[in-house]
Amino acid sequence: MEVEARFHGRGGQGAVTAVQLLASAAIAEGRYAQAFPEFGPERRGAPVRAYLRISDRYIFRRDPVREPSAVAVLDPGLVLVEDVLAGLRPGGIAVINTRSGEVAAKVKDSRPDVDVHVVDAEAIAMEVLGRPVVNTAVLGAFIKATGIVSPESVRRIIEDSFPGRLAELNWRAVEMAMGSVKRL
Amino acid sequence: MSGWRSLPAGAAVLRPGSTADNITGTWRVVRPVIDQERCIRCGICWMYCPDSAILELKREYTTRGGKRYEVTYEVDYDHCKGCGICANECPVKAIEVVLEAK
Amino acid sequence: MLAGLQRGARERAVWRRAGLTTNYAVAFAVKAVDVDVVAVYPITPQTTIVEKIAEFIHGGELRAELIHVESEHSALSAAVGAAATGARTFTATSSQGLELMHEVLHIASGLRLPIVMAVPTRALSAPISIHNDYSDIMNARDAGWAILIASTAQEAYDTVIQAYRIAEHPDVQLPVMVAYDGYLMSHTLEPVELYREEHVREFVPRRGRRNVLDVRSPITLGAFATPDNYYEFKYQQEAALRNVEGVLREVEADFAARFGASYGPLEAYRLEDADYALVTYGGAATGNARVAVDMARERGIRVGLLRIRLYRPFPSAPIITALAGVKAFAVIDRAIAYGSPAPGPLYKDVAAALYMEGLTVPGISVVHGIGQRAMYVEDFYGVIKMLAEGASTDKVLFLGLRE
Repeated sequence: MEVEARFHGRGGQGAVTAVQLLASAAIAEGRYAQAFPEFGPERRGAPVRAYLRISDRYIFRRDPVREPSAVAVLDPGLVLVEDVLAGLRPGGIAVINTRSGEVAAKVKDSRPDVDVHVVDAEAIAMEVLGRPVVNTAVLGAFIKATGIVSPESVRRIIEDSFPGRLAELNWRAVEMAMGSVKRL
Repeated sequence: MSGWRSLPAGAAVLRPGSTADNITGTWRVVRPVIDQERCIRCGICWMYCPDSAILELKREYTTRGGKRYEVTYEVDYDHCKGCGICANECPVKAIEVVLEAK
Repeated sequence: MLAGLQRGARERAVWRRAGLTTNYAVAFAVKAVDVDVVAVYPITPQTTIVEKIAEFIHGGELRAELIHVESEHSALSAAVGAAATGARTFTATSSQGLELMHEVLHIASGLRLPIVMAVPTRALSAPISIHNDYSDIMNARDAGWAILIASTAQEAYDTVIQAYRIAEHPDVQLPVMVAYDGYLMSHTLEPVELYREEHVREFVPRRGRRNVLDVRSPITLGAFATPDNYYEFKYQQEAALRNVEGVLREVEADFAARFGASYGPLEAYRLEDADYALVTYGGAATGNARVAVDMARERGIRVGLLRIRLYRPFPSAPIITALAGVKAFAVIDRAIAYGSPAPGPLYKDVAAALYMEGLTVPGISVVHGIGQRAMYVEDFYGVIKMLAEGASTDKVLFLGLRE
């Protein structure tokens, strides 16, 4: 398995859509992928998790990811209420949406082995989409940090998944995040 | 009686109107008798009969008083169950209900 | 894995490879077979199937009548009416919806109507759960429908297509349920190869059915049967259902030639030389058990996996063949048959099949994943170790239950 990832978000932020876009991009590259939500009753604002597996071989296992190689955090506030690094493998990657970087520094302190990447996804979302829907910006930071799928595949999937102008704007959010994500 | 191999699938009844094969007239304890002299051919008994056991026949009838009708209503005794609804509904009391066996 | 000839067929048949949830894959299959009537009532986790179908109809990609009804009882009743006129009919439900349909399930099979229904399975109330297990489908197992349980999105897509050929086969003429894990499959996105629709329509041609409601040639459906005839009609149903296993093999041979894939009534994995066997159904139990089997094999335990795909009619003969040689097996059930001799519904079927053959292979009834309690690969590995060590004499295991 090349990647087993866990996305932390809040209901309505688009964590499920983010993993689905990533899985679809991998599938479009001829690989195998699996994207699924935690399957709780999904309520706006409640913490939600979504899982992603990508591999060059058929994926048989269908259990929740307990030892991810990467995590993404769509809302910095979640770091305070959940152990977002739970089970993250040694040297694993964490991609965190944060404005001040304060939260990310705390994460890095708690697990110095983790390769922490930060992006101000909310600023990008507000600028590009005019709404705090951060999923595509975090996705952009995630593919830059992990290199798990090519930006070109993501672009094609976004064009397939969003109607007209929304596709354009979301792709723009991805590009901006790829350009501005920083490694701690 | 047919075995399972030859009965139609899904218990479909393939011949329309085959219910007429069931002779239900034997269920009757009393029978309606239509007085053709008093009957005004309004068709109410035909309409109300729950078993379609009133027959509307294209047969002329002339009363003793000289009134001529194009149709005649008769009871289909093979299927009439003797419920008496026809007698109850008849506006001119032209249907009498009598015991089958005295 | 595919023979060369089949690979060529598949390359010709595949239109595109896409990331889809199993529910969406099912909706694509419904479009590909060109159904005439879809009658549905929304219930999670089924709802996204019909949302997608509604999109297809709205966009002009599928010319079908979508009937909105006020309950699942009405949904299946409308499907019965549509199928009785000869229309190719689809419906879908889950959980309480399938329970509410229950009396109509028997009417659909009794009238021999080839309806296809997708069931992303879900636990039953009370307490309320929207999550996955197989309680709903297990309550419907003796309603005279053929039941196929898929374990991947691709298989669900393929199975819905095959289901119409099976349901409409003159030797069958029965409704078919295509079940799979609610959420764990219905809402999981994974790769699916979609076929060219003209290939699918050639595979599922419209052959006029006999004995349909048609005002030009009236018949009666749904009449009364007296004790003189009722028994024979019910035996007809039983005989027709038992034809399904042979018809499935025949349909799959053609499917393999055209689409390069086949599954069979059951799937055996690493069972040839196995001392122990896990028996499963559905996606999560099967996928995780398969990985556990590989783990155990690496550690020298000779274990295999038997996945039941055709649940009704029950494919006793190949199951007996698969299990006759093992020292012990465990059946992983995703439902509880309350108060039964064993809690697992599939376990009871397997045990009865073995008993009827005079076999007494030791087997354990394992209950797992009730109300979608998480099932991990390691859980299945634990069951394998238990079989191999022969440490426990318990015949029943409620896996992971807190005391």
